Amino acid sequence: MKDRPRIQDWDWPLAAIVAAISTLGVLEVYSSTHASGMAGMHWKQLMWIGIGLIGMFLISRIDYHTLMDQAPALYMFGLATLLIVLVIGHSRFGARRWVALGGGVNLQVSELMKLIIIVVLARFFTDVRTDRLTLRDIVKVAVLTGIPVGLILIQPDLGTALVLIPVAVVGAFLAGIEWKHSAVGLVIIALMIPVAWNMRHHLKPYQQQRIETFLHPEENPRGAGYQILQSEIAVGSGGFWGQGFGKGSQNQLGFVPVRYSDFILAALSEEQGFIGVCVVLLLYLGLILRLVDNAQKAKDRAGMYIIMGVTAILGFHVLVNASMVIGYMPVTGIPLPLMSYGGSATAFVYMALGLVMNVRMRRFVN
Amino acid sequence: MAPWSVNDQKIPQGRLALFSYVSVVFIVLLLIGFWKLQVIQSGHFSDLAERNQIRNIPIIAPRGALLDREGRVLVDSYPSFSILLLRDDPKALEKTLPQISDGLGISNTDLEQQLDAAKFEPKFQPIVIKPGASQADIAFVESHRADLPVLELMMVQRRRYQHGEMLANTIGYVGEVSAQQLDQSDGHYRPGDIVGKAGIERQYNDQLEGTDGMRRVIVNSVGKAVRTLDDVEATPGKPIQLTIDYDLQAVAEADMADKSGAVVALDGSTGEVLAMVSRPTFDPNDFAVRIPTSEWAKLNTDPQTPLLNRAIQAQLAPGSVFKIVMATAMLDSKAIPANFQAYCPGHAEFYGRVFHCWRPQGHGSIDVHRAIVDSCDVFFYTIGKMLGIERIHDYAVGLGLGRPTGIDLPSEQSGLIPSEEWVQRVYHHKWYAGETISVAIGQGSVTVTPIQMARMIVAVASGGTLVQPHLLKNLATIQEGHFPLSEDAVEQVTQGMYGVINEGGGTGYSLRLQNVEFSGKSGTAQLMSYEAGAKLGKKGKNTNGWFVGYAPRRNPEIVVAAVVQDTDLHGGTTAGPVVRDIVKTYYEKKNAHLQQQATTTSPREPASPQPILAAQPASAQHP
Repeated sequence: MKDRPRIQDWDWPLAAIVAAISTLGVLEVYSSTHASGMAGMHWKQLMWIGIGLIGMFLISRIDYHTLMDQAPALYMFGLATLLIVLVIGHSRFGARRWVALGGGVNLQVSELMKLIIIVVLARFFTDVRTDRLTLRDIVKVAVLTGIPVGLILIQPDLGTALVLIPVAVVGAFLAGIEWKHSAVGLVIIALMIPVAWNMRHHLKPYQQQRIETFLHPEENPRGAGYQILQSEIAVGSGGFWGQGFGKGSQNQLGFVPVRYSDFILAALSEEQGFIGVCVVLLLYLGLILRLVDNAQKAKDRAGMYIIMGVTAILGFHVLVNASMVIGYMPVTGIPLPLMSYGGSATAFVYMALGLVMNVRMRRFVN
Repeated sequence: MAPWSVNDQKIPQGRLALFSYVSVVFIVLLLIGFWKLQVIQSGHFSDLAERNQIRNIPIIAPRGALLDREGRVLVDSYPSFSILLLRDDPKALEKTLPQISDGLGISNTDLEQQLDAAKFEPKFQPIVIKPGASQADIAFVESHRADLPVLELMMVQRRRYQHGEMLANTIGYVGEVSAQQLDQSDGHYRPGDIVGKAGIERQYNDQLEGTDGMRRVIVNSVGKAVRTLDDVEATPGKPIQLTIDYDLQAVAEADMADKSGAVVALDGSTGEVLAMVSRPTFDPNDFAVRIPTSEWAKLNTDPQTPLLNRAIQAQLAPGSVFKIVMATAMLDSKAIPANFQAYCPGHAEFYGRVFHCWRPQGHGSIDVHRAIVDSCDVFFYTIGKMLGIERIHDYAVGLGLGRPTGIDLPSEQSGLIPSEEWVQRVYHHKWYAGETISVAIGQGSVTVTPIQMARMIVAVASGGTLVQPHLLKNLATIQEGHFPLSEDAVEQVTQGMYGVINEGGGTGYSLRLQNVEFSGKSGTAQLMSYEAGAKLGKKGKNTNGWFVGYAPRRNPEIVVAAVVQDTDLHGGTTAGPVVRDIVKTYYEKKNAHLQQQATTTSPREPASPQPILAAQPASAQHP
């Protein structure tokens, strides 16, 4: 028994997997952009990783119990920033998601909300203290999650809004949701689908288009279905062995949409083939299994909920993004964690992993 | 209540393990998805990737030039730029339309119409909004590359009609291939290809159009070519030499400039078309670039039918020129003695109806020669009654009237020579004998085309040889028809036509030319009868003036038929000078050519002081 958490107690195998995925990401960002007007993007991505590492280190230093003590305050702070961004945030791609931090740096505040919801729900589930969630508890979880989801939907950012939900679902599952409740929940979701379908005309035009795209990708090759079709072409033409680094025509000639970010897996699939995809997806599987392993070895339920909240978000990201690239899911703007280019998203993943390390390094501490 | 963190529950190992298993299942499902695309369907997607990045850009072959008989260029092709509008992003497009409209001088409604017409085409297919872009247009596109990326330039071959309206109805015009032609071409044509639509351009389209080349390029996602893979050069179309003589054509065009009607000049021995004019006309250059919708509608619905080639398509009453057919029928058939005389008091009664002569005071006793020279109507009414409609019909058709001449142009009309059989077939009644009297002076239901008239006169003056009029200089097979006429008949009728111009009192006496055996016949066809015109109170422009002239008197070298429509003047006055000017120019050219030949081929011998072009044989002298 030690009485002080030490950085030597970080999960270094986990860090190695993260390093490997990040390296592949930076390389593919380089390959996708080096011959275009966006050359040099990989240096920026390295900078974001650096910032993420600092955040990761800092977050791992503060005892997660201390963080969870502040959960109500963090929650209110998160909701406040979401409201502020709706009022003063500036638009990009038709959505208000960004606040200027000065110096030309914009923070996507919904990324911050992801961290906060992990801590808030972890505290809530720990506080339940039984292995049987009551309906009351479930309603409380739904409200706690629903408010930020609603605020993010208004921005509008369907992708990030959806990402919060798995934290609640996985948490509820681990906290011991009753079969009848989950069954009712599934029925409600099943009933919601036709309602949502009829509501689609109230969606923003870009969201309507994304749904149309998903349902009929081939209808208009240059219009709505273009992105998904081009992504599938990139993946498919990669074949088993790939076209080679920097040699994918879909990627290099710009047919793959946002090939350095949301569709980076399509770019990688084209250049590295099925072999490359196997390596990447198995690395992600390794990441998830290693995270679950950390949850299993956590000192207490609070730590477990923190780690599984992170796992739920990352797993959801990987599943949705990879499905989108091969046309199994509509385009929702959910990036591939650790690989897609993006400042706020990259920083979030590293800070979320900081929470995991936080729990890990304190498992033997009293 | 205990603080939130007081919780000694065990970690739910089982549920966590279940989460792991589910994760493994999801990753395996994703791998199966990738396997499907990357291994099973890899070939299909590789094809799509290739199609994405490789564009086949046609290199348009220039159409063959059209030359006149001396090799002067009438029509050629030149490279020009078309402005394309990319339609990938309809919203961005809408915002930029006013700027494009301003910059390129295309009306906003015209732009919207074009976009509307193409709205069912794939969005990635750009539309041509301005063919034949000017230097200023090109500069506009180049300087707005950044803020108007929807505009693109494309090089095409464009047709240039050097002399605008000259010969327009004969040459025709080119235009985009029609949907129907596209279907029938079996892949030979692509949408937007330019083909001959009318006239020579259509008739000889196969020779004129070349074979387009192809450039294969690698393009990026915005369609910009980044690298050329290979080139297949275009094979230009073959040039075509026409029989048209630019100099004669120019004279004919100038004479007809402010008139409505047609002129056709033929080489009497070969059938080569030396000049062909139709008025009113159009400028085929308007078609070479995309013709504005309104302009096209105007050309097509204009009651003056400027798109019609009147030389081969106008079916008109021949009027008195038809008397040549009558005289030939009378003399050749010998049904009436050659010295037959009729008495003309200015009118005559046939079948209970009074028919007038154009000369109210009458011609008195008149024979066939003077009847041709003076164009006496009563004489021809009389022999018409004696010959009967069937004999008239046989001679008219035999001399090439009422049937196509076979000229190498599309859509030639046949005209009509009535007969008993025709009336029975079309109107289901017997021939009215009175109708024969009208037919005898080229009225009634007789209609002919100007080119038929030119050929008919050649046939009479050459003893019955029917040449095939043609425009292609090296036409492989030239059809020739024969309708043998007796020497006596030919001699007498041609003497009559010589007299029309060269005898005092002849209807074309003012047209005579020195040293040229210029012969011919005038005609003034009424669009309605004197009586009907009087009833309607219509005076003036209700006649078509004809003149068919040729030289020399026998075996003509050149024959010119001219018709001036909607005039109130006599054919000899309106159409006659047009014919005279062309024949005169023909001989001036020939004269100059012979003189030049004499000086260049045998410079030591003294040049012939007086080149004789059409020496007047003794027999030509009229007593």
